[in-house]
Order: sequence, then C-alpha cells, then structure tokens
Amino acid sequence: MTPAEIRVEILDILDDISPDEDLDNLKDDVAFREQLELDSMDFLDIVMELRKRHRVQIPEEDYGHLASMASTVSYLEPKMVDIVKS
Amino acid sequence: MSKYDTIIIGAGMSGLAAGIRLAHFDQRVCILEKHYTIGGLNSFYRMGGRDYDVGLHAMTNYAVKGSDKRGPLAKLIRQLRFRWEDFKLAEQVGSSIRFPDVSLDFNNDIAMLEAEIARDFPSQIDGFQSLCGALLDYSDMDGGAPDFMRSAREVMARHISEPLLIEMLLCPLMWYGNARENDMDYGQFCIMFRACYLEGFGRPYKGVRMILKNLVRKFRGLGGELKLRSGVSRIEVDNGKAVGVVLDDGTELQADRILSSAGSVETMRMCDDVTEVDVAKAGQLSFIESISILDRMPQDFGFDRTIVFYNDSENFHWERPDTQLCDSRTGVICSPNNYLYDADEGELPDGVIRITTLANHDRWCELPDEKYAAQKMQQYDEAVESSVRFMPDFRRYVVDTDVFTPKTIRRFTWHDNGAVYGAPDKQLDGTTHLPNVFLCGTDQGFVGIVGAIVSGISMANRHCLQA
Repeated sequence: MTPAEIRVEILDILDDISPDEDLDNLKDDVAFREQLELDSMDFLDIVMELRKRHRVQIPEEDYGHLASMASTVSYLEPKMVDIVKS
Repeated sequence: MSKYDTIIIGAGMSGLAAGIRLAHFDQRVCILEKHYTIGGLNSFYRMGGRDYDVGLHAMTNYAVKGSDKRGPLAKLIRQLRFRWEDFKLAEQVGSSIRFPDVSLDFNNDIAMLEAEIARDFPSQIDGFQSLCGALLDYSDMDGGAPDFMRSAREVMARHISEPLLIEMLLCPLMWYGNARENDMDYGQFCIMFRACYLEGFGRPYKGVRMILKNLVRKFRGLGGELKLRSGVSRIEVDNGKAVGVVLDDGTELQADRILSSAGSVETMRMCDDVTEVDVAKAGQLSFIESISILDRMPQDFGFDRTIVFYNDSENFHWERPDTQLCDSRTGVICSPNNYLYDADEGELPDGVIRITTLANHDRWCELPDEKYAAQKMQQYDEAVESSVRFMPDFRRYVVDTDVFTPKTIRRFTWHDNGAVYGAPDKQLDGTTHLPNVFLCGTDQGFVGIVGAIVSGISMANRHCLQA
C-alpha cells in the first residue's frame, strides 16, 4: 500500500470505530486525541483492526507511533508496503 | 472435541458483550448458558399474553447521539460497533426520592435536583455542588484511585452536613447498584451518581428484549456460537491451567481461556482444583418484585413518576432482612408507562406498576411449597400497602399480578443467594487463582445493564484480546 492508501485505510478504521466523528477536516499533523474523542479503548481498536484486516502486528511499545495520522502512516508504511490494496 | 479460543460462561449482558468483542476480532468463541433463554439477571418472560422484564426498571447512563462521546453508553456503542439507533431510549418523565415529609424530584438534567435541594435544604446546596465537583471520573474507575474504597457516607459527610439529605441521595444509588449493606464504596457511589443523577434514566420501548436481541444478533452475525440449556458442571484444570469445561450433559469442550459471568464463588465451585469455596464472600442482597397490571394508565389516576425511591423513616436501611421474608420499609416503584416514547411507538399496551423491596433468600427457600405460594400473595399485599403511602392508591385498578422472589432469581440465574448486584467486594481486575480463567459481570465490577455490558467489554479487551 502507498502512504495515501494507508491513510484511506486508517480513515476507514476510524469511521468504523467512531461513525459519528467528522473525519473530513482531520488534520494529519495534529494528535488524534486533540481532534477526536478517542480513549485508550479506541486506540486498542485501531491496533486490533489493523491486525484483523491486514495481519499487521503492532507491539505495545510502539503504540505511541499512532498519535496522529502523519505519524501513523509513516510508522505503518514499511509494515504495509507489501500489502496489496483490495 | 470442539476447541475454542475463549469459552464464555453465561449469556447475560456481560457475556454477550464480551462475545461480540471476541468474535469481531476473529476468535472462535462459544457462550454457554444454563438457562433456556438469554439475559441472566436482566432477562424477560411472557405470561398470560403479556411481556415482562425481570431487571430493567430504567436503563441508567442515559445519553443521546452526539452528546457525551466519552460516557459509558457511547463507549459501549462504539466498542460493539452498534449504531445509536440500536440503543434507542425513551427518556424518563421524571423520578422522585420520597421520605417522610420531604420529596426530591429529579430528571435527566441535574439542574432539577439542584433546584429541589436548594428549595428543601437551602443550607446544603453549596455542599451538594462541591460533592458533584469531587466525584471520581469514569477513567478512575479501575479501582486504583485512592478514594475508591472509602466509605461513601464518610466522603459525603465532608460536603453535606444534613444527615437526611445524605440518606435521600444514597437511596436511589444503593437501590440501583450497591452490593454492600448499609454503606457504599465511594468509587461505586461515583459510578452510580453519574449513572443516575448526571446521565439519568431511559428505557427502550420494547424493554430489555430489544437490547438482548441486538446483542445476540450481532454475536451470531460475527460467527459466535451460543448454546442454551448448556450449564457448565466443571472447569477442567490441568497443571494449574484451565483446559476446558464439561457440560451438565457430559459434553466436553476445550478452550484456551474461560471468561465467566457466573459469579466469583460460583465459578470457583466449578473448578476441578478447588475443593472448598468461601460462600461468605457471595452477595446477600436480593429482592422481591411485586408487579401489578392495571386497567388504566398510571397517568390516568395522577401518577406520572417514572421511578419513586421511597423510605418510610429518616434512616435508610440498606440491609438484608434477617428476621423476616421481606422488608418493605424502603422500596422502588417503577412505571414503565412513564417514559417519553416517540409518537410512532405510542403507549405500552397496559398500565404497569412494579414495586421492588428487600428480601431474604434463605427464608424464602426454606418455605414449603404451599406456604411459598401463600407468602408471595401476602408479601405482594404488604409491598403494595407500603408503596401507596408514597403514591396514589392503585389497588382497585389491578387486573393481574405477578411476583418473583429471591428463590426465583436464584432458580434462573444460579447466583448464590439470588444476589442481584453480586458480591460486595468486587474483583475489579477480573483475575482468579487460575491464569486463564477470568471474571466478568456483577462480581467483577459495574452493575446494571450498561455497567454489565462495559464489564464484558473491558474484561474481553484486557484478558482475551491483548494476550
């Protein structure tokens, strides 16, 4: 997947977890926590959805990389480069 | 032999919610339920052509879409991938706390309770507001907060100097979720204060069925297995780990881990490696419910309250009656008619008054059959007689009645003592003496419908998904 495709996938996961959030104006460089009302349970769900959908494993010590859209995409890029977008 | 990632014991709110989480994330999961139907402590039944709820008087933690995204209802809707429409709740008309000579009304806007306190206890309103400001947050509810295990009465007394107001505020909170006699853990107090006074009451038009139906449909849609009439007789333990269960009919099922909503003592009793359980740890508080079907709506004879929490003296006695079958000095009067249902839903088919009073499980179970039936009628009469001191007398409108007792609750839930809110000492981290057996439901933590669902979700996340 390209970074742009990963971004779309993360948006899809966020929409799945929290369908009432307005994701159209999401700023990539600002922390999710500051823009969306996500708690620790929701962050766990981002990790779990990535594992379920793409078999991407994210160790607990790396959860900090999922702070914003920009950091999430750059963290996932090497892990998802070989995944073909379905 | 069937092999599962997780076996869940009990198809109540917590077990079904945990099952949805695990099935959503592709686990092979099976829920085993001893009863022939789902729901556990929050079940339902049909009798004489009418639908009855067992637990639900009101769902606490009322919220609407877009209001509080961090509240428990919003959290469970997100975690279980429901839509707000799936949990559509009608708001309460209004409820009351009625003691001799004083009545405080409240609804889903805390401003009303504040105004009532300012009117009847003018010297206490500042204290009430400082108490509200000192409540623990939901994020402090894992039991780690230093004040969590303090006495709620003690913390309240720091803010409120009028003992009667303390009793009145505690009455609904203990009735709707306190397993401990006479006092309440401050953490549990904060949970219930938010759930009842800050968020408030709502009810789905079709009652608890609607919630259970949604949970089961979601669980099955994700590939989860639900086996009814499948009581667990033993949890098989090998080398200090659970390896599976044996059902009452002898069927063996294997699993990597077990999540049990059967209760702490009840689960221990199933474990092969446990020879004796400390039954004194089980909860003691159980109820009798006296249900009246009326020939008219409660509003027709001037009763518009959703819930009335009454107590007939200045002291609120929250304890198991030791010397008698029931104690109707305090009780809860509920009318499911008094909710603001949508126009397209209309009115419920019958006028209903439900009265809940405290009862002693052991005394009910000791009664021989013929006495048991007679006592149900007598205790119904006493509960109604007690309640009509706090509401208009409705006895001439009654067309049908039903009563369930602690014995009934025990028979269909298998919880020791018919304890509705579980053990007073909760196992908040959900662990047991075995590394792969965990607890959810009333003995783990939160109670009530929303609380039980949150319990199932959080224990599934913590012990079954992250492992």
